[in-house]
Amino acid sequence: MIEAVELTRRFGDFTAVDRVSFTVQAGEVFGFLGPNGAGKTTTIRMLIGLLAPTAGSARVAGLDVVADRAELRTRIGYMSQKFSLYGDLTVAENIELYGGLYGVHGDRFEQRRDWVLALAGLKGDERQPAAELPLGYKQRLALGCAVLHEPPILFLDEPTSGVDPLARRAFWDLIDTLARAGTTVLVSTHYMEEAEYCHRLALMNRGRLIALDTPARLRAAYDRPIFSLETGHAPRVVEALAGAPGIEDAAMFGRAVHIVAGDVTAAASSVRAALSGHGEELRGLERVEASLEDVFVGLVRREGGAVEG
Amino acid sequence: MDLVRLWAIARKEWIQLRRDRRSMILAFVLPIFLLLFFGYAISWDIDDIPLAVLDQDRSRASRELVDALTAGGLFHVAEYLDRYDAADEPIRAGSVRAVVVIPPGFQRDLASGGPAPVQLLLDGADANTATIALSYADAIIAQHSQQVLLQGRRIPDLIQADTRVWYNPTLESRNMIVPSLIAVIMSIIAAMLTALTIAREWERGTMEQLAATPVHRLEVVLGKLLPYVLIGILDVTGATIAGILVFGVPFRGSVLLLGGMTLLFLVGALGVGLFISAALRSQVLAMQVAMVATYLPALLLSGFLFDIASMPAVLRAVTTIVPARYFVTVTRGIFLKGVGVEALWAQGLSMVAFATIGLGLAALAFRKRIAR
Repeated sequence: MIEAVELTRRFGDFTAVDRVSFTVQAGEVFGFLGPNGAGKTTTIRMLIGLLAPTAGSARVAGLDVVADRAELRTRIGYMSQKFSLYGDLTVAENIELYGGLYGVHGDRFEQRRDWVLALAGLKGDERQPAAELPLGYKQRLALGCAVLHEPPILFLDEPTSGVDPLARRAFWDLIDTLARAGTTVLVSTHYMEEAEYCHRLALMNRGRLIALDTPARLRAAYDRPIFSLETGHAPRVVEALAGAPGIEDAAMFGRAVHIVAGDVTAAASSVRAALSGHGEELRGLERVEASLEDVFVGLVRREGGAVEG
Repeated sequence: MDLVRLWAIARKEWIQLRRDRRSMILAFVLPIFLLLFFGYAISWDIDDIPLAVLDQDRSRASRELVDALTAGGLFHVAEYLDRYDAADEPIRAGSVRAVVVIPPGFQRDLASGGPAPVQLLLDGADANTATIALSYADAIIAQHSQQVLLQGRRIPDLIQADTRVWYNPTLESRNMIVPSLIAVIMSIIAAMLTALTIAREWERGTMEQLAATPVHRLEVVLGKLLPYVLIGILDVTGATIAGILVFGVPFRGSVLLLGGMTLLFLVGALGVGLFISAALRSQVLAMQVAMVATYLPALLLSGFLFDIASMPAVLRAVTTIVPARYFVTVTRGIFLKGVGVEALWAQGLSMVAFATIGLGLAALAFRKRIAR
């Protein structure tokens, strides 16, 4: 459904997206994971024909994103990070606007409007101004408007930013429902836990695609042992461990410290030394499964680049 | 071009406009306020000029001269002075525009048939009023001296100028101001109204959302234009009715022609606002640029305040790109002269060109922004 070949976009000297290639199958939920500024939004904007690539090409639903972009826009749904509804229009007026723009009318419109209202949980609130809705409802209404015309492909650019975890969970259920009904979904996020919902993940950093696989395989491919350490002095222990023998990385992970070990024996003695500096005994060093965050941080380090905030 | 999509945009814009109090004030309150304000405040008719009198002769003849000066209502005596060295004080204070000094012996000189000089001191700080006051006073004094000379007998004039003023027989400046004012006000309002509309969508991120739908940029531009054209037509209708009923301005031409010309003008003026809005993307900036780009030219270069024919060549050239200039000619022509297409086709064509360029620029600026 989506095929990008060496997709590149430069802004002056800055390369926002650097030779990115990937394909997305029909019905797949494909995730773009990466920090802000990694090039996720720029890639999506090129795929929906809002931005011309500097080099490379892409086809979406069999259409070239540059040459056929007018036709392309009838086949895709797009929701930006601002979930841009018209705040001064009511719920119903927003849906009617998109009905007009996408050429959905008559019986089909009535049916789709009811579907959107049900999906957003806004039945009975049709006359409410969109600006006054809670963020979670706004977001679902925006999604409903974006798929009013039942596009085969849906692009979501950080659709859950700023929404509370419960609403975020509900939103991912919606994405899942759409995907089961056959919609291909390309979604970007910087929330690691959301990335787990995706069928496949593309990890992006500094404009480059650094890994592409299912979340499970990405985690499995992570070859370094990771240990979780309980300590009452986590920040100082992390400091003491930086650059110590056998330690590849040490970072706060909630209240614990996650340690990536190169040589396990050397690492253990380094940990003991760091703890004794604070009068603590080594109580437990538990081996844990790599999270996507560990995978991501590890890959970025291997690339020789820092993680950008 | 898809009319369904165009209509969806127009409908949305209309709903937003209706709910936005700031736009509603701009659209309906401001034009009427400006019309009443300027209509009453601006007048180029000079009469009732305050005059100070220093009568050193205190005779019947001197009193008759003062009566002659004030009889027509062009002058009124605001002050009587008694010392010559105090004559400049009321002018300096601004309480009078002119002082007439009648020296001692005025009646005697008059009776002996010799020249009887009087002195007229004028406030040259306002050259315009001074010139007019001087010509009024000259004419009145010449007429008065003829009457004194003939002592009531009449002789026929050798050459008699039979003057008639067409279109505005009473030469009332208000008749000229109000129709032009409608044109000037509409060019300001039009640009300010639309200056916000596209910039607002950029600021709120809705423009990006629109751009991802199948809607074509020309559909957006025209769809946004439609509600504002309707408002513009309502404004011009209201201002025309107010001009006729409140200010008593004659309306001699065709309502249909005025409507058609208004439509042409509005499309251009609104298009310029849209262009500014699309090019700048910021509501505040777009509003300021729209004000400067339309307000001053419409006021100064449209022929409303200053006659274009007497401007220096450079400024005259600049006025050709001021759309208000054409519309001022049109409204004056239709209101006062009752002229038709045969006299106004050139203005009409200029406004068509202007509308095309305005809309074209708006659509172009819009596309450039999307591609970035």
